Amino acid sequence: MSNIYFNESVILLNVEAKSKEEVLEKMGQNLVDLDLVKESFIPAIIKREEEYATGLPTSGVAVAIPHTDVEHVHRKTVSIGVLDRAVEFGVMGDDEETIPVQIVFLLAMDEAHSQLSLLQQLMAVFQNEEVLLSILEEKNKSSIRGLLEEKLDFDALEGEK
Amino acid sequence: MAKKQVLVACGAGIATSTVVNGAIEDMAKENNLDVDLVQIKIAEVGSYEDTADLLVTTAMTQKDYRFPVINARSFLTGIGTEETKKEILQELKK
Repeated sequence: MSNIYFNESVILLNVEAKSKEEVLEKMGQNLVDLDLVKESFIPAIIKREEEYATGLPTSGVAVAIPHTDVEHVHRKTVSIGVLDRAVEFGVMGDDEETIPVQIVFLLAMDEAHSQLSLLQQLMAVFQNEEVLLSILEEKNKSSIRGLLEEKLDFDALEGEK
Repeated sequence: MAKKQVLVACGAGIATSTVVNGAIEDMAKENNLDVDLVQIKIAEVGSYEDTADLLVTTAMTQKDYRFPVINARSFLTGIGTEETKKEILQELKK
């Protein structure tokens, strides 16, 4: 199992997109360019989002957590995309409702069922309106990296099986 | 009381169900309940149709099952978590 890859290169600010597909393409292509995921990751994540929407009506800022099967992933990472303008995503667990999402947390997981503490910490971030708002307003990638490293405690995960 | 089989499902069986699984595990421990938790993809629910007592899921289900289905989105958003927990607990204690 690889260590998680997380630095400024997976944080994208002012992502311009008209649709969720375009968001996923841009964020996915960045991960392909970094060789963190296979080319197949992009169509897989778009298809998965279509079938099982991941938009979450979190308080303050709505987020989405697109993810797909482990076979498309070389190295696990959490990529963050702050959108220039909100884009409609389907609401998780609902086949009709959509929600204007402004921050996308694209999860590339390389092993099923193994990232519990990371995911729980991530969910704690989603439940913290203040943190979401500061990600939204922050113009500096290093500051966002610092903020998330503080909240997500990646170091503690490195030894996790 | 017979051990309940609880299915925890999301689209991929990787991300959201992992979080929900952890939350139910904690709940069961707190309440001294012996629960058989099975983490699956929503597409796999069919193979547990005869054995499951409850389905907790973040994905949508169009199908009707013979066991109750509880939506677990609140575990991810933090909005309405207490109510969802109560609902689950009620089913587990049946």
